[in-house]
Amino acid sequence: MSEPLLDVEDLRTTFHTPRGDVHAVDGVSLRLEAGRTLGVVGESGSGKSVLGRTVMGLVSSGPGVTVSGRVSLAGQDVHALAPAERRRLWGPRVAMVFQDPMTSLNPVKRVGRHIDEVLRLHLRLGRREARERTVGLLRQVGIPEPERRAGQYPHELSGGMRQRVVIAAALACGPDLLIADEPTTALDVTVQRQILDLVASLSRRSGMAVVLISHDLAAVGGRADRVAVMYGGRLVESAPTSRVFGAPRHPYTGALLASAPRLSAAPHSRLPTIEGRPPDPADPPPGCRFAPRCPRAEAVCRGGAPPLLDLAPVGGHPHEVACRLPLEAESTEVGHGR
Amino acid sequence: MRRAARALGELAAVLFLVSLGVFLLVTAMPGDPAVMVLGEGHPPEAYDEVRSELGLDRPVFEQYLDWLASAVTGDLGTSLVPPQHEVAERLLLALPVSLQLAAMALVIALAVAIPLAMWSAHHEGGRIDRAVSAGTFGVLSVPPFLAGLLLIMVFAGGLGWFPRAEWARLGDGLAANLHHALLPALTIALMELAQFTRVLRNDLTVTLREDHILASRARGRSPVRVLVSDALRPSSFSLVTLLGLSVGRLIGSTVVVEYLFSLPGVGSLVVGAANQGDVPTVQGAVLAIAVFYVLANAAIDLSYRALDPRIRRSHV
Ligand SMILES: Nc1ncnc2c1ncn2[C@@H]1O[C@H](COP(=O)(O)OP(=O)(O)OP(=O)(O)O)[C@@H](O)[C@H]1O
Ligand SMILES: [Mg+2]
Repeated sequence: MSEPLLDVEDLRTTFHTPRGDVHAVDGVSLRLEAGRTLGVVGESGSGKSVLGRTVMGLVSSGPGVTVSGRVSLAGQDVHALAPAERRRLWGPRVAMVFQDPMTSLNPVKRVGRHIDEVLRLHLRLGRREARERTVGLLRQVGIPEPERRAGQYPHELSGGMRQRVVIAAALACGPDLLIADEPTTALDVTVQRQILDLVASLSRRSGMAVVLISHDLAAVGGRADRVAVMYGGRLVESAPTSRVFGAPRHPYTGALLASAPRLSAAPHSRLPTIEGRPPDPADPPPGCRFAPRCPRAEAVCRGGAPPLLDLAPVGGHPHEVACRLPLEAESTEVGHGR
Repeated sequence: MRRAARALGELAAVLFLVSLGVFLLVTAMPGDPAVMVLGEGHPPEAYDEVRSELGLDRPVFEQYLDWLASAVTGDLGTSLVPPQHEVAERLLLALPVSLQLAAMALVIALAVAIPLAMWSAHHEGGRIDRAVSAGTFGVLSVPPFLAGLLLIMVFAGGLGWFPRAEWARLGDGLAANLHHALLPALTIALMELAQFTRVLRNDLTVTLREDHILASRARGRSPVRVLVSDALRPSSFSLVTLLGLSVGRLIGSTVVVEYLFSLPGVGSLVVGAANQGDVPTVQGAVLAIAVFYVLANAAIDLSYRALDPRIRRSHV
């Protein structure tokens, strides 16, 4: 098997706060092949952003934080690198797009400079060259009149345009991996689709792998090869997208699917929601974190943390589930369950 | 263009009001100028004569218009006390001293405060940050005259590194000039420096938590670059506001320090003239200080626009 581009092993990120240790990421393992897209889905507070930042190395062990486990990016152990070496990865190897385009650009810096200075830093381009490349990048992400826009300040652009700028800055040095942390949550619905389509087409064109973080399973749907579902800092299910939607095995994934809005649903009809509240990351329940909210939970679920096991048929793509009492698979695939 | 014209108009109006205020206040000073000129023990007619010579027998408003008309041409009258120099001439000798002290103090304060605040904010909550916070707090609690006395005792007295009660003009050579100006400028700078550091450090810590800083870090920019070229400018608005407020304090400390170090600046001129009831000199010097204050604040107002592109448009 070929070496994956991204290989995360038992990653744990713990914040030491006055209230106690917050296990924001609690033993996550995942792999991503070059050029593929992985969707990471979970409720607010499930640790998606912290996972993305720790994978990148933006969050690393230091005062108040402990990171353990391993993140291997194109064969390099991100957390073993010296800070200066790690920074050399940010831009040319891995890049990140953040949730809110209104705040992720510097208000007193011209739009073009955000991109410009990255090109000059990593690719050592001259002033003229960098400016030309910047305009090209802005055009590539679909910004009309890129020359004029480059000279404007962020407040002169709409939210969608700003997110395009952020994406252009992230892509400036041609990274192998883009981590997009809810890149469309703050945008209008129509703009959301445009931005997600833009990321998908850029990924296809340049063979860039994408980790697409979202709290919305449906948004990730048609765009990811695999989907990983996070709950309380852990992965509860990770499978090819079609399997997650067609044959979810974890009760939490099932509940997420049931609560997702459908276009076919009558307007203003009430969505089924998941009872209860997400676990307190400073004081998580023992055993399966979802057990207190899970309709199927039994005593065994509260015992110890369920391991993430591959329930896929032999030879199929891995379908990992962390559940002692998983949902039934479709009839054709039954037999490889527990 | 029209905005510039309006700004200039406003500035002229403010200066007019300031000059009126200065004139009236100083006229209301206790003491009779005629007595100052002649001394005591003359017959009343002699004093009346002097008063009409000085124009003091006319209505105050007329006196003011007269004074203003000559002031705009640069004529501020002559000093009442011997040697009766032109006030404008005395001011021209004193102004460079005060301006140099104030400017040097400001430069020292900023040159120390900006890196110190960045260093402190970068280590927010750490030992360095706490030390800077305690140190600046300590400095703030020492008034300038006390700080000046201490500095004089240690560096001019005990160590003898710096002269005191002397001044060397730029004409005497830059090195000598700076040697004489450094200690008083430092005295003025201390308090500003502490204030600037604290305010800038606080704004920096807020900015450093913003998304665009994380985004910039995520593009591989080094911590120093992030601090200097990403965080500093959006964090400097309060500092600039404080700069405007500190002009007044700066003038105050300059007066105190000139007196303390016996330097021939505008501060010493005002204090001396006021003690002698030398009305024209006080009027001229206070006017000069007020004009400086107004112009400095106008300049700071302009620098906001340069710093924050967002207000450039909303103020059209
Ligand atoms: N710097 C920090 N210090 C302490 N706790 C933190 C810190 N950053 C995140 N956390 C905690 O870690 C948990 C996971 O946060 P995270 O931001 O990753 O959630 P998320 O899944 O991205 O949620 P959202 O959908 O709201 O963005 C939360 O409980 C949060 O309070
Ligand atoms: Mg998040």
